[in-house]
Order: sequence, then C-alpha cells, then structure tokens
Amino acid sequence: MSDLFHVSAAPHTRSPITTKHIMRDVVIALMPASLFGIYNFGLNALLILITTVTVCLLTEYIYCRAMKKPVTTSDFSAVVTGLLLAFNLPVGLPLWMAALGGIFAIVVVKMVFGGLGQNFMNPALAARAFLLISFSDNMADFAVKQISSPKVTDYILHGAIVADGVSGATPLQMLKSGESINLLEKLIGSVGGSIGETSALAIILGGLYLIFRKVISYRIPVIYILTVVVFLLLFSGEGADMNYLTGQILGGGLLLGAFFMATDYVTSPTTPKGQILFGVLLGVLTGIFRIFGKSPEGVSYAILLGNILVPLIEKVTIPTPFGKERAVSGK
Amino acid sequence: MGKKSFLGGIHPYDGKAFTMDKPITVHATKGELVFPMAQHIGAPAKPIVAKGDKVLVGQILGEAPGFVSANVISSVSGTVKAIEKRLTSAGRFDEAVIVENDHTYTSVENFGVEQDYEKLSKEEIRNQIKAAGIVGLGGAGFPTHVKLSAEETKIDYLIVNGAECEPYLTSDYRLMLEEPEKIINGLQILLKLYNKAQGIIAIEDNKPEAIRILTELAAKENNIEVRSLATKYPQGGERHLIYSVTGRKLNSKKLPADVGCIVDNVYTIISVYNAVARQIPLIEKIITVSGDAVNTPVNLRVRTGTSYVEVLEAAGGFSAQPEKVILGGPMMGVPLFNLDIPVTKTTSSLLGFLKDEAAVEESACIRCGRCITKCPLQLMPYKIAEAAMRSDEEEYLKYNGLECCACGCCSYICPARRGLTHAIIQTKKEVLDKRKRA
Repeated sequence: MSDLFHVSAAPHTRSPITTKHIMRDVVIALMPASLFGIYNFGLNALLILITTVTVCLLTEYIYCRAMKKPVTTSDFSAVVTGLLLAFNLPVGLPLWMAALGGIFAIVVVKMVFGGLGQNFMNPALAARAFLLISFSDNMADFAVKQISSPKVTDYILHGAIVADGVSGATPLQMLKSGESINLLEKLIGSVGGSIGETSALAIILGGLYLIFRKVISYRIPVIYILTVVVFLLLFSGEGADMNYLTGQILGGGLLLGAFFMATDYVTSPTTPKGQILFGVLLGVLTGIFRIFGKSPEGVSYAILLGNILVPLIEKVTIPTPFGKERAVSGK
Repeated sequence: MGKKSFLGGIHPYDGKAFTMDKPITVHATKGELVFPMAQHIGAPAKPIVAKGDKVLVGQILGEAPGFVSANVISSVSGTVKAIEKRLTSAGRFDEAVIVENDHTYTSVENFGVEQDYEKLSKEEIRNQIKAAGIVGLGGAGFPTHVKLSAEETKIDYLIVNGAECEPYLTSDYRLMLEEPEKIINGLQILLKLYNKAQGIIAIEDNKPEAIRILTELAAKENNIEVRSLATKYPQGGERHLIYSVTGRKLNSKKLPADVGCIVDNVYTIISVYNAVARQIPLIEKIITVSGDAVNTPVNLRVRTGTSYVEVLEAAGGFSAQPEKVILGGPMMGVPLFNLDIPVTKTTSSLLGFLKDEAAVEESACIRCGRCITKCPLQLMPYKIAEAAMRSDEEEYLKYNGLECCACGCCSYICPARRGLTHAIIQTKKEVLDKRKRA
C-alpha cells in the first residue's frame, strides 16, 4: 500500500466549463448576425469576415511563436475578436485595410499587453477606431460600388460589392439629417451600416443566447440601453418621438455594442455594482456623442472610454463581504 | 415557497448515489491502532499512558492540556506498543499512541451503562461531554465543550447541521435515517443546557427521507423543528447555515455564539447522546468510502485509530490504481499520497478517483467574474488571489482576503482553472501567523 497518489490543493473537482467553452458560446452567439450580414451585403461581407478572423488567428499564432510563448489560438478568443472587428466595418472596405485592423487588434491592443485577459481596451473596437482615423473615407463609406466584372485584386485593393447589396446612408445618418426610417426594416436589418450591426433581431437573438447560457449578465446591456433611452428623452430635443427613439435604439452599433462589446469580460467591470455603473456611464457617453457629436454614432468611443475607467469603477464598487455589514442583530 | 438562502454557491456533481442506500456496516478492527494526539483545533493532547501499559476501551490515552483541547480515548483494549511520531491526515508526523488490539474489547467501568440524563446537572452534562473527547465532527474539529461554554442567556438557537453539502458524503444522511432518536435525544440534552433556545435540525432538500423521519419525531417535541434547506454547496458551512436558518450573518471574526447560535454536526449530536446517556466516549466514526476507483462503495462504522488501509479493504479495495485519494469531500477534503494513516475524529470519508479532475492546465484569467458571483461570501476571489500571488498584503486585505472560508467555489467555477482558493488560503495562513507572532 505504498502506492503514491496525486496531491494538490482543494477543491479536487472542477466545473466542466472552460474558457474555450465560453468563447465558443460567444462565437455561436455571433452567428445570426454574421449570417445576416452575409445575406444582407452579399459575398463581400463573407470575404471580410473570413479575412479578419484568419488574420487575427494567424497574427496571434505568429506573435506567440516569435515571442517564444505558448500558442494560445486554441482558446477561440482571436476568432471572437476577428468576428467583432468585421461586424464593425463597412462592407466596401478593401480587404487589406480589414487585415490591417486585425493585426492592430491582436498585436497592439491584445498581445503587447500580455495577451488574453490583459488588454485594457476592447481589441475590435480599438482597431475600428484605428481604421476610422487612418482611412476615414473608406470607413464612413456605406455606399455600394457597382463593379461590372469583379476581379480578386479589386476585392483586396478597393473593396468591391456584389450587385444586389444594400446601399445608402445608415439609419443614424438619416435620423441626424431629419429623415424618418422604416421600423420593420430596422428591426430585420435590411438597411445600410456596418456588416454586423444592421439586424436588431439577429443581435438580440445572439445576446439572449449569451444571457441564457449565463455567459453574460443582463446588467450591462439592459442598463446601457435604458440609459441611452432616458438620456435621449431628456436631451435630444425630440421628446418621446417613437420613430426617432426606436431608430436610435435599433440603429447604429448600440445593440451590438451593448450585448457583445460592452460585456467583454476583460474590459468591463467584474463587480455587480460596477456593471450597473458601467452601463449607466456608457449610456450617458453614447447619448452625449450621438446628440452633440459631429458623427451620428457614438457607441464605439463610449465603450473605449468606458474601458479606460474600468479599474476605477471596480475599485469603488468592491462588494461588502457577507457578514461585514454593520447591523448583525435581529432576524 | 422559496427557501431562504445565501447568495452565490455552486451545484457540483454530488455522487451521493454511490452510497446513499448503503446501510452503515460495522468494521471489525484488525491490527494496531494509531491515536494521534492532535485530532482537533487547539493544543494537542498529552499522552498519559506509557509503553507497555494495558489499556481498555474508553480509557483516556491523551489528556487535554488546556481548555481549547480534547481528550484522546482508546477505541480498543490492548497494550501500548509505542508512543512515537506517525503520519496523520494533516500531512505531518504527529505524536501518537500506538495500541496493539487484544480483540477482547474489555471496557472501562460504567462504559455503555445507560444513565438518566434528566437527573444530571448542567455542570455534569458539560463534564461528561468534555471527558468524552467530543469535537466538531464536520471537519474542523473544534472542541464541543468550548462551544457549550457560551452563556445560557445568549443562545437562541441550537442548530444540528444535517446539510452534508459536500459531494459523495453520505455518513450524516445514513445516521439521520438509522439513528434519528439519538439525534433528537442528543439535541434535548443540549437544550437542557440552553432551555430558552429553539432546537433546529437543518437538512438539505435532496434528503427527503431524512427530513420526513426527523420531522415525524420532532413533531412530538415542542422545542425542536426540522428545517429543509435549498441544496447548494456550501450550505453546510457554519456561517451559511446560520444565515439560512436564522437570517443572521456573521463574519470571520465572529463566533456563532455572538449571534445567538450553536451549530453541531449530526454525528457530534449523536456523540453527545452517547457520552451523556450511555457513558460512551467518542471512539467510532462513520466513514463513507466511495468514488469511481472503489470496488464496493460503503458506509462503515470504524473505530478511531484504524488504518485507512483496512477501511479501504472493507470496501473491496480499489478497482484500479486511483489518480487521487481524498479524506473528506472533493471540495474541501485533504488529498493523501498514501493510505497508511489512521482514522481520526475529524475525517468522515475516504474517496478514490480514477481521474484527478484538479490536475488541469491553468490559463490566463479572463475576468469573467464567475468567482465573484459564485463566492458565497461576496468576495472578489480573482483580485484577492492576484494580490496573494504578488505577495501584496495591503491589496489582499483591502479586498477582504481574510474573510475567505476556503469553500473552493471560486476554483471550482473558474473557466481558466486557476487555483484561486489555494492562493487565498495560503496567504491567509501567512497573514494570521504573522499577526500571532507580532
């Protein structure tokens, strides 16, 4: 009986859910919006999705090998970043720009800070901001370019669009210039915009899946969206105009940002109270940017700015431990 | 009606089906018995026998040297073979009295003689409990007479902990089915010490049969009730049990008596009954032997001092070489590297597993916050563990690291498989040791 057994600290049993499971759930949740993006914008949307996902995975792999670190691509997090980045790009963007965005997201925002769990900003959104500054015209161009005989090189260099794609201004651009939009189209998403942001239904479907699978809590998305509504009611000057309000909620990146970007584990608060505070903060920032800013949308910058404040938010929302409350007596 | 319960907690695979329907069987002790002098929190007992002495069942081998300590009592009759250091479940070589079993089981005078405890004074009851070497049998081993020294007017509730929330463990469950009268009577003995208090037997609702039997018996008593609790780990943790039963919260610095409660495990209560009504000290334990590496999982009645090698043989041995063997439950139990250690007062199971589920690769924290939502004490385990790994004591204290109860929920739920509990507990020990020295 001198056989030796493993010895390690308790607990000796572990939940079967791993990081990989969680990332895979996020990828599943992003599928409705991905598929709708491809349906809505055609083949080029698929090409952009493939480009960003491949580039993100490849970049992480090469970075890990070059830095002689364990290769972490199997955790699916680079796939999530790639998908989210593509969701934020206009379908006409040349593929090389999308690829550059992917490299930026992985190298500059994620890996140099230490990889998964260490980045202080959402990599996809930071890459979008980078592309927006670098290639403002391409990034703001939601119009369809008709190309008679598409060539592969055209896709890569100029961003060609298949003939039956959706074109024109985004709903938020229309709202900003005082036009009204069709609610049903907005809900389903057959409108202009970034690849993954147009279909409210597809995004909500994915978001509900994440909440149902307990990957995310409802706190950040619900409070974020409610705060935007309240802020717009108070300050937009449009009052309770339903067309305006629903356009603002369903249009632009609000739903996408609220369900998928603001809830990013690494860059959002982990404390329950902090998540509420974060939701309110993002709502207020988005309201300010949308009403007073020059550009019609403000979700990306609201979240990026919010990301920076997360350590502070967590510090002021440390939960009160069980039994540390002052009053102990009574039933 | 929803049951009042604490925030957080987890629902691990419970594995109780292996042994839940196995009645307790008596194991006949074979060779030498090892009685470590440290089987409880507090000062180790001092041996009062010498090599070559003849000892009897129920005879004190080691005497408690101070108030927070407990006697160690022989479970067999025989000869003291040696007094030497032996490996114990604590992973240390501790002083122990080794007794060679003579298999006659001759006992000390009055052993097992029933007495009318109604006639005993409070003083006499307390003395009997102390002499019997009874300690908390849920795992921590806090001497019971110390708990019972709380002032009579302060105590509102005497709670019997029948939660048994650790996976695989069924010894308390079997006792509730097989010896329910002893639980009721044991509780009545304690209620004599605290006659204004209410007796509550608290049981998780995954044990309906135990709830049914004890509820029937309790219906005849006007000062005892049975409370069904939500099945959730760590429901049986003292702080959580008190909250679920009374709504009162206590932090790490407070004792149950500070909020008017005394909590005792099922077998502790039975031991109180045995000591006071039958003059039998604590010399036996009920051990669940289970896990997928064990041939025939069982619930065994074992004399303290018996080697776990024998305990395992009684369960048909291992079906294959296990990866991991644990004393106690999978959440808080102690891993063994071999079985050559004795049954003591504080262990209630021997589990053998073909796979070591904890032997998994750790990856980066993704700040998912699961450790926070599952922490039954509303701590931020990942932050505390980070501070602990950096040896940043200030940060550790700021995030209330000392409040941790080591339940293991954070490590269990962590998708990155980080050893959060271990890091937190390790530093807690260091901080407390440093304070003791200062």
